[in-house]
Amino acid sequence: MSAPADVITLPSPQSRSARRRAIRLGDIPIVPAAILIIIALVAIFADQLAPHDPEVGKLTARFKPPFWQSGGSTQYLLGTDQLGRDVLSRLIFGARVSMVVGIMAVIVAGVLGTALGILSGYLRGWVDQVIMRITDTWLALPALTFAIFLAAIVGPSMWNIVIILGVTYWTRYARVIRGEVLSLREREFVQLAIVAGCSKWTIMTRHILPNVINSATVLGSLMLGVVIITEATLSFLGVGVPPPQPAWGLMLSDGKQGLMVGYWWLTVFPGCCIMLMVLSANLLGDWLRVKLDPQLRQL
Amino acid sequence: MEPGARRSCQSFYYQTPVIDLYLSRLPNSLMLAGVAMVFSLLIGIPSGILAAVRVGRFWDSAGKVFALLGLSLPSFWVGLVLILLFSVYLHWLPSSGAGTPLHLIMPAFALGWYFAAAHMRLTRSSMLDVLGSEYIKLARLKGLPEALVIAKHAFKNALIPVLTLAGINLVIMVNVAVVVETVFAWPGIGRLLYEGITFRDFPVVQGVVLLGGAMIVVVNLAIDILYAVIDPRIRLER
Repeated sequence: MSAPADVITLPSPQSRSARRRAIRLGDIPIVPAAILIIIALVAIFADQLAPHDPEVGKLTARFKPPFWQSGGSTQYLLGTDQLGRDVLSRLIFGARVSMVVGIMAVIVAGVLGTALGILSGYLRGWVDQVIMRITDTWLALPALTFAIFLAAIVGPSMWNIVIILGVTYWTRYARVIRGEVLSLREREFVQLAIVAGCSKWTIMTRHILPNVINSATVLGSLMLGVVIITEATLSFLGVGVPPPQPAWGLMLSDGKQGLMVGYWWLTVFPGCCIMLMVLSANLLGDWLRVKLDPQLRQL
Repeated sequence: MEPGARRSCQSFYYQTPVIDLYLSRLPNSLMLAGVAMVFSLLIGIPSGILAAVRVGRFWDSAGKVFALLGLSLPSFWVGLVLILLFSVYLHWLPSSGAGTPLHLIMPAFALGWYFAAAHMRLTRSSMLDVLGSEYIKLARLKGLPEALVIAKHAFKNALIPVLTLAGINLVIMVNVAVVVETVFAWPGIGRLLYEGITFRDFPVVQGVVLLGGAMIVVVNLAIDILYAVIDPRIRLER
């Protein structure tokens, strides 16, 4: 949709290749990277970390506020929801849902888009025409509405969401990768590979693919935030991850009912989690974009 | 449309043609999107210019934070937090529904922030491009005051890409407003889509998605044609 159109000063070719080699640990923006790693660890060790079962609540302990407010207890650190489920535990397991859906959807979109982009850019001719016209049609439909449409048809489940998001967002990869391949295929090493008698398959997988991996990675990191927000939106609307599972978007939609009575913790905490994760993903993505590919400005 | 076709794409729930439902909700959506757009331009363009003129200084950084938050916060969460603040605790604004201008403030802000961020980023980068060009140097060499250079020479040219984006974004806003309209119970197209999903009213869902796509195609075409009108260097040729 909207392009993050920050201006990046283009370094001279020499310094660019020097910078490309020079990704050191010290350069990585430490805070967003740390946040993402912590969220990932929480997602992996959710079973050990969560103090309560995220899907089973105690109806006698409904709408308990966080522990520092009167009425709250340290048994439920961040309070409980309308079924008496522990908010903290649900947030911890929600991290797992967001991480799995986000990363898998980006991978699905990336594999699909990169493969089609390479095919269309290298083979040209009718293959290119067909793939690009499909891409155009896809891009004409508003992504969010399209995802909601698909989700409403196939029904809610976590893996359906992964596939839907992948299918919705592959076009961005296809466009960018195709553009890269168009210029790559004219380069000498590809011409030499043709002369050497490599098959089209070998050229595409051995010579083209390694050269577009950088762009695909940058795109993927920028896409992660969009995908996580879309997942939360779908869950919020009730067409995403189905109810007993603890997804952050779903928690927000549950929290909406308690909002007018002032149960703020049901709304504020899941939102903060989404914000932290998306913000970190975006910051890392911007950084990667500058590091790996200064030319990828118009994403 | 023929009577038969109208009947065949009828809403299961309302028992009326989808196109009629759509058109009856469209004005509300356009109003919300329009206000959100004005808001996003009023915030986005000046702050983008400010950031470009003061690159690397305080306002640039402040703008960056604003833009980054706008692009990272889910709009429905912004909406919920606004309701919590201004309706539940402060009792300043109505939490949902439509009717008075007061009802518009929160949804327009929740919807517009993301786009304000996008417009700000584009204004900033396009201003920076323009400020580096030859004719700006010439204007400065002539001895024009800096304010005039920025307001008259740079701003006008930097505005073109922003307005193009704004045109497309207006359509996108109408179609992306689903969540914001759901949060604020705003009777627009997004709300129609949401109702269509919850009532399993598939003709409505189908109709809203298709008409949304059609809207984007038409607006894109219109913008392409407008390009040729605005910029004589671009000609529509085969």
